[in-house]
Amino acid sequence: MFLLSILLSPLIGAFVMGFVGHTKAASRLNILFSFLTFGATFLLAWNVFANGPLVGLDEQLFADGFSAIFIVLTGGIGATTSLFSHRYMAIEKSRGHLTGEKQRLYLSLYQVFLLTMLVVLVSNNLGLLWVSLEGATLTTVLLVAWSRTPESVKAAWKYFILCGVGIAQALFGTILLYFASEKTLGPGGTALLWTHLAAVKHTLEPTVIGLAFVFFIVGYGTKVGLVPLHNWLPDAHAEGPAPISAVLSGLLLNVALYAILRIKVLADGSLHNPLTAHLLMGFGLLSVLLGSLSMWKRQDIKRLFAYSSIEHMGLATFAFGLGGPMGSFAGLLHMTAHSLIKSSIFFVVGHIVQTSGSQKIPEIRDVALRTPSLARALLIGGLAVTGIPPFAIFASEFLILSVAVRRAPWSLPLLLLAIIVTFGVLYFRIQEMNGESGRSLSFPNEKPKITFYPIWIHFGLAFLIGLFFTHELGRLYGLALHSIGLTNG
Amino acid sequence: MAPHPHLLANHLVGMLGSALLLSAFANLAMRRLTSLVRIFALQGLLLTASTLAVAILSSETHLLFSALFTFIFKVVLLPTILFRLMNRLHIQGEVESLVNVPSTMVIGLGIVVFSFTLAAPISELASTVSKGLIGVGLASLLLSFLMMITRRKALTQLLGFLGMENALFFSAINATYGMPMVVELGVAFDVLVGTFVFGIFFFQIRETFESLDLKHMDSSSLE
Repeated sequence: MFLLSILLSPLIGAFVMGFVGHTKAASRLNILFSFLTFGATFLLAWNVFANGPLVGLDEQLFADGFSAIFIVLTGGIGATTSLFSHRYMAIEKSRGHLTGEKQRLYLSLYQVFLLTMLVVLVSNNLGLLWVSLEGATLTTVLLVAWSRTPESVKAAWKYFILCGVGIAQALFGTILLYFASEKTLGPGGTALLWTHLAAVKHTLEPTVIGLAFVFFIVGYGTKVGLVPLHNWLPDAHAEGPAPISAVLSGLLLNVALYAILRIKVLADGSLHNPLTAHLLMGFGLLSVLLGSLSMWKRQDIKRLFAYSSIEHMGLATFAFGLGGPMGSFAGLLHMTAHSLIKSSIFFVVGHIVQTSGSQKIPEIRDVALRTPSLARALLIGGLAVTGIPPFAIFASEFLILSVAVRRAPWSLPLLLLAIIVTFGVLYFRIQEMNGESGRSLSFPNEKPKITFYPIWIHFGLAFLIGLFFTHELGRLYGLALHSIGLTNG
Repeated sequence: MAPHPHLLANHLVGMLGSALLLSAFANLAMRRLTSLVRIFALQGLLLTASTLAVAILSSETHLLFSALFTFIFKVVLLPTILFRLMNRLHIQGEVESLVNVPSTMVIGLGIVVFSFTLAAPISELASTVSKGLIGVGLASLLLSFLMMITRRKALTQLLGFLGMENALFFSAINATYGMPMVVELGVAFDVLVGTFVFGIFFFQIRETFESLDLKHMDSSSLE
């Protein structure tokens, strides 16, 4: 019942928004629904951690500790983003960029997007997981194209085609997996259920599973934004409205990596070689390097942080490739911290773009003069995302590096290079934007009212996790990882 | 293995498979959009027939539903939507100038050889009556992929996307007698929604770029 209840709120929300999304109160209703969802996800996670995994709806739905972590993260960031989105859209509206019709489309798609991600996280059936991940793609395609500028339509088209192709590969992987499991589990419903697959993973045919995993990592890896499949990501992040960039970066990438990790557990059971680890490490390292080096000359602020997302997802992927209890924990911690910090950065960036009227870094100046609190938030976000202590990314990056020293010492110089380049680039870019331009300040628009608490909630949580709760979180995450077998290797 | 009693039906399945592969090649060479949509409908028909044949050979009754479903969805519904879309957008007669059909064909041949090599070990493990055709499914998948890469028009890319879905369906039928029903329905639903999203897009692209040719999109650079 718990499992269905977390899906109910966004489902009803989507319908309600479809009917009343154009009205004035709709944005507040959206907040209400998102917080209801958050409440339900929180209760679900509480229940899972207290009483063990839940199975429901004829075994099609399922949640264990591992999915509960992602479910709560999705619910929570979905809720805070709805707060930010309320303010962001109010500013857009005051400038005449927002009609009732567009608001309705946006709000109902926002709820559908949350719904599809939650379905991915609670679905036990790997076929349904594919279906809802594809559903999430379709929803976000429309959201990226939402502003209807030529650039956004182009970005959405690119996103659609690349992810459509990618996700087709994942479907072929699903077919191969079904093909292998059907031999042990028999044809019909149970052969794609993760819980059943996990029980018989040692008996699955390794040749087929190995091939299936390759298709999966290419397919879902496209959605994670792993290099060289990342081409859609910077465009989609840059051209979508800021709240959507925040949930794309903070949630959707995680959900896709979650899907890969579920499959990795199965593949590791069947294969008796480190194929999955090597693939994850390879794709991960490539993403870290290319993501950070591509930040060098970026002129677009949202694109800059989109490349930073590629880098961080690569780092998390690499950590899971390193494996072992510490490596996997570091990966999961990194995903959590990155979600919190990156979505908050996109909140800040969204407001900066609104107040300075441009997305291009050379044109964004005087942030500190115009809106000092935004400049502070941007600086803190930059420090947090580059792994300055005591923010949580420092803890996870430190862990990843220390595991890498033991397990893959050759990768250390590359990782360090990437981390240093990222730090340098972000630091100078933020200094530039916050700094004075020397031009006489003019305020073409009235100063919009900005809500800061979603931003500070996220940074605060990342701060607290990094400073105090690494240990507690470690115990919880360790249990979750151990229960699904991601700590082996 | 002893010779199968339904030798004729077995041959039929093989022939339908080759026809599907041939149609994937035809996609690569066709220039007129109307012919491409017709080929898509033909592919749907081939899929229906081969699903029926496999259903009879293996006496898996749920495949009969899949066949019926495929017929309604891929022979009737989607081509109708596509033709209507083309009518609405006035692009029936449009011709795409293709660069280098011969070299695309050669790459396509390479893809077929590669797919069969990749699928050979899987085919050996399969226990279905039509296990030799898994390679055909993989090859059609990659050929549709090739079509999406080489074509410049939005609608041709959509047809490549749908061709990929056809190939996936075909692989599922031949490797495992289809996926569980709930998954198949879900996939079909996604494809339908996807087609509508594509449709919405066509209007948006035309509105913003005044053409459905994607080369106009490239000229408005992002970064």
